[in-house]
Amino acid sequence: MDYFAQQLINGLVLGSIYGLIAIGYTMVYGIVGMINFAHGDIFMIGGFIALITFLILVSLGLTAIPVILLIVLLVSMAITALYGWTIERIAYRPLRHSFRLAPMLSAIGMSFVLTNFSQVSQGARVKPVPPIITGGYTLHEGASGFAVQLSNIQIVVVITTVVLLAMFTWIVSRTRLGRDMRACEQDQTMASLLGVDVDRTISMTFVIGAALAAVAGMMYLLYYGLVDFFMGFVAGIKAFTAAVLGGIGSLPGAMLGGLSIGLIETMWSAYFSVEYKDVAAFSILIVVLIFMPTGLLGRPTVEKV
Amino acid sequence: MKSLKIIGLALGASFALSASAFAQDITIAVAGPMTGGESAFGRQMQNGAEQAVADINAAGGVLGKKLALQSNDDACDPKQARSIAEKIGSAKIPFVAGHFCSSSSIPASEAYADSNVLQITPASTNPLFTERNLWNVARVCGRDDQQGIIAANYIAKAFKGKNIAILNDKTTYGKGLADETKKSLNKAGITEKVNESYNKGDKDFNAIVSRLKNEKIDLVYVGGYHQESGLILRQMRDQGLQAVLMAGDALNDKEFASIAGPAAEGTLFTFGPDPRNKPTAKAIVEKFKAKSIDPEGYTLYTYAAIQVWTQAAAKAGTTDAKKVMATIKAGDWDTVLGKMGFDAKGDIKAIDYVVYKWDAKGNYTQIDQKGS
Repeated sequence: MDYFAQQLINGLVLGSIYGLIAIGYTMVYGIVGMINFAHGDIFMIGGFIALITFLILVSLGLTAIPVILLIVLLVSMAITALYGWTIERIAYRPLRHSFRLAPMLSAIGMSFVLTNFSQVSQGARVKPVPPIITGGYTLHEGASGFAVQLSNIQIVVVITTVVLLAMFTWIVSRTRLGRDMRACEQDQTMASLLGVDVDRTISMTFVIGAALAAVAGMMYLLYYGLVDFFMGFVAGIKAFTAAVLGGIGSLPGAMLGGLSIGLIETMWSAYFSVEYKDVAAFSILIVVLIFMPTGLLGRPTVEKV
Repeated sequence: MKSLKIIGLALGASFALSASAFAQDITIAVAGPMTGGESAFGRQMQNGAEQAVADINAAGGVLGKKLALQSNDDACDPKQARSIAEKIGSAKIPFVAGHFCSSSSIPASEAYADSNVLQITPASTNPLFTERNLWNVARVCGRDDQQGIIAANYIAKAFKGKNIAILNDKTTYGKGLADETKKSLNKAGITEKVNESYNKGDKDFNAIVSRLKNEKIDLVYVGGYHQESGLILRQMRDQGLQAVLMAGDALNDKEFASIAGPAAEGTLFTFGPDPRNKPTAKAIVEKFKAKSIDPEGYTLYTYAAIQVWTQAAAKAGTTDAKKVMATIKAGDWDTVLGKMGFDAKGDIKAIDYVVYKWDAKGNYTQIDQKGS
């Protein structure tokens, strides 16, 4: 039981990080109908910016960890959001009314550009940081001597995810911007006739998605203690899978998908073999898609005429 | 029309120039992971090779010519290694010091054999590298079957009656080393409680760590590279598991300590006796220090590989790969690592692995291999 609880914690934290990235995929798909393959790399950029900001602050002599983390969070969200906005502006908007595959190809191209850019500018080595948030709690120590451990960084990751998800759901369902986004999702032409600035709304979608990816990048840096230029690829694939599993286009779906993938991987590693954890995760994805083609929380797509 | 002719002339002249520059130099190659997760080791190799070529050229070069170094990046990817090997072969480069990962060295060696390139690896320890009766391969480092025995002996003495786990990263090097260690451990009557593999490049090892915790593991033997070992260690400490981690020669870079953080203290690994402490290396170590490079790990091994080839080529009077290889296997060579001789397979004759321990300051030191 204790063992199960520990693995549950492991799975939930891993799943939260996947979920944070998956939200970016699902949002863009919901509104523009394209898969932003560069999103994993935006996540990587977010991690690097968090690392650079952190190092600058430390070299300036700042020592208060909460202040540092807050500044790092805001700076990396802001700069990564700028990346998101720029990418949309130069790589996707000119192709928006082109044939369907064009923006997807340009997204794949953008992903290569970002990977190589950070490889050249930041070097090909992994960039480690010393543990920043340390310590934790022993939740329960069983008779067998197995202690269920919850570290502070795990708490931070989960709380950040929950807060962001709540904030985000609020933006989409309660604010003007959210209403515009939902309008664009349903019918862009009609929305623009009714006075919604479609270009601006789509830009904002990319900005928010990139900011969330930056948070995920920072959490990743804090949790695993390193970033490298290639980490966007695997994380991006996993998050994209999570978005599809949850039902692409659905926000709670992305989170649910992320948690499911994280839990499946962890539980499979816990009770079967670690070797086949990815095989297990993707097999379950296939099974789910056979029986629920739109994913766990997806709505059936209605062909627009 | 006239301008075209002038351009033609200029082009012709520049070709002639570059051709003559080529004729003056003997180009040799170094190949390793200059990018990617193992790039720390690629840098070691690059540093060693650059210094070796500079020193040899300063001493008059080889066969009356200067050496030129060409650097190649395989990112520890077998496919990339193979295409580099073909490129080096078609450029008629007679000698390559490389690669780092066994999974790169082995497929590349066949391409080198086909195109008459002599290959000396400074770092690939998988036994298979020299076990395929290829004429063109040699190594200046030890083998994993020897490394595994030393590791197993140490574990059997220092961790008698404790719970042992063995992990590997499924690569040629990692799995090979883990299997050799497991074989020797089992022979000594020790059975591991967990034997698992993970993917190279994974970042999240929490599930495995919980499993180790559940089995009350005292020692984790990892057949894998430093990045994953560092992460496993860090996540072990986060979950409150105080087990010792032990691994092979891939832990001999300072980068391991910066990844693992304070958790690195007490971590064990096997490697040859520290080349930096050998009397033959003293002068060269000083040269590196002057450039503020720490010649750790495989830096001096790469240096030695180039020395062996240069001395053998000078003795054979040619750069022809087959003749140079025959000369290498026939003689003893004075290298930065001491005197070195090779057997018919291309392995060095005297090999001695010892156990090292990481301390709290992020340095590693040799500990008594008897475990006392």
